[in-house]
Amino acid sequence: MHVNSLNLLDYSILGIYLVFVIGIGFALKRFTRSAEDFFLSGRAIPGWVTGLAFISANLGAQELIGMAASGAEYGIMTAHFYWVGAIPAMVFLGIFMMPMYYGSKARSVPEYLKMRYDERTRAFNSVSFAFMAIFSSGISMHALADLLDALLGWNYYVCLVVTSVIVLAYVLKGGLSSAIYNEVLQFFMIVFGIAPLAYLALKDIGGWEGLVAKLDPGRMHSWAEAGSDKNPLGVPWYGILFGLGFVLSFGYWCTNFAEVQRALAANSMGAARRTPIIGAIPKMLFPAIIILPGMIAFGLTSDAVAGGYTIPLREGALNYNQVLPSMIFHYFPNGLLGLALTALMASFMSGMAANVTAFNTVWTYDIYQTLGGKRSDAELLTMGKIATVGGIVLAMGSALIASKYNNIMSILQLVFGFVNAPLFATFLLGMFTRRSNNTGAFWGLLVGTASAVVFHGLCFATGNPAGIKGGWLRPVIEFPKEMAQSFWVAIIAFSVTFLVNAGLSLVTRRNKTDAELRGLVYSLTDKHRGHEEHWLLRPAVLGTFILIAVVILNLIFW
Amino acid sequence: MQFDLRFPIGLLFSVYGVLLLVYGLVGDQEQYARSLNLNINLVWGIVMLCFGLAMLFFARRGAKKS
Repeated sequence: MHVNSLNLLDYSILGIYLVFVIGIGFALKRFTRSAEDFFLSGRAIPGWVTGLAFISANLGAQELIGMAASGAEYGIMTAHFYWVGAIPAMVFLGIFMMPMYYGSKARSVPEYLKMRYDERTRAFNSVSFAFMAIFSSGISMHALADLLDALLGWNYYVCLVVTSVIVLAYVLKGGLSSAIYNEVLQFFMIVFGIAPLAYLALKDIGGWEGLVAKLDPGRMHSWAEAGSDKNPLGVPWYGILFGLGFVLSFGYWCTNFAEVQRALAANSMGAARRTPIIGAIPKMLFPAIIILPGMIAFGLTSDAVAGGYTIPLREGALNYNQVLPSMIFHYFPNGLLGLALTALMASFMSGMAANVTAFNTVWTYDIYQTLGGKRSDAELLTMGKIATVGGIVLAMGSALIASKYNNIMSILQLVFGFVNAPLFATFLLGMFTRRSNNTGAFWGLLVGTASAVVFHGLCFATGNPAGIKGGWLRPVIEFPKEMAQSFWVAIIAFSVTFLVNAGLSLVTRRNKTDAELRGLVYSLTDKHRGHEEHWLLRPAVLGTFILIAVVILNLIFW
Repeated sequence: MQFDLRFPIGLLFSVYGVLLLVYGLVGDQEQYARSLNLNINLVWGIVMLCFGLAMLFFARRGAKKS
């Protein structure tokens, strides 16, 4: 079948979307007067909005493309990123961590670290976060421009500039509110643009039975093959539970400011606590529209029929990253095609705006205000706007670096892996014990991060040469897959940070009294049990229902 | 904040729904060989239109209440 191309309707769908996105930015302009409005939306947004924005912030173009690719490569075990990873972490964040995040009135994650510990720990986190936020939006910008260039022949640089200018326009006008409201619009755009793919693909392969008949059992079971590391992920069940389920997911969802910032903008403690929990409901079902098409793509390719869908090749190997876009072009007629491409653009913008709003806040409150001393509200607002422009320009710069050096993406993914796990160990001890102190926190973070780097230098995945992918010190430990390697690096980093922080805190004095830790440590915080709300809306009740549902999903697809 | 997001969401998806629905009815029918002989534009247009109108309905009801 010939390759589909865009027609006037497809372009109109894209154009209408862009008008709405910028329109929302302008509509919110009149609510954005102070720095508090710009950086925190004046803490005035309802819970269902922040909840959907919470997952949309993570639904970047790379997440969509990557999850479909992993669905094809690893099969249903990819769903562990959702059902073992994201969902429990989101419920934990809402029930146990949000009372301190929201209740302490911290304006950012680094600022909470300053309140709980000291300036050193905040500096460590704010600088590493600012760096990661810029580079991750740069990388996703690069991925999108590259994709549009390859699929539609649109000029790479034009794509880069146009999408950046649109994000810039709506963030500058409406600040965080504009980013959040647009993320919700983007959420629906992504669902409506991508969902028909799962239906058409499933129909093509002959329904669920057809899929089962075409895929090997390893790709169709999420746990049955997890007894050893001889499964598609190359990780046994305890590695999945502790590495992905605990360290990696909690590290990302519970400490990444681009996520937590959405909840901080909620209009009440109840809404803030419900933010990640409400987000967990659609998140739980996302594998059906992203991972399933990937699995079907692999099934169709392994038993190809003339004119049917097959995964594109690159240098003789299956090019998994092309799974989602190539399926869209194969199955979608004009009209729906425009909708799906708009969804990809939307996912890119949501991911980028989330990083940009988190960056401008950390830059202004944690770096500029800390170094520059007391500032007026107007000065902070101006700096926030400068940081928004600066952040986007830097992100474009990093996109260009990513397009020049292919390795830069692997290096950065590596860096993210080194940073999140130690941070989560620091938060766990800081939020749930009174004893953890400044010395333990700072040295724990430093030593834990360093240990991740060293361990990475000692281990490698089968088939990879020593170098950027590991083993550059001395390749002594071998893992079956890269996935397994990244899980174990995170586990080591977490454990070392935890032990150093706990150990040093026990042998040195406490820096803060119980009175100073009020509202910052779980046992010293007003629980806001939420009795003023309908019992079904209480975070603990809602969270329990979600966890039960996720256990059922795991059992169904065992 | 006096901004009800349900209005723009409802409006956007109603417009998309109508566009796809009309295109599904009057547009080139041969291209649906691609989507396994299902006029997916027509079906999905109706789904999006229903969603959009529901959002507009709830937004209007919310506006009347307050």
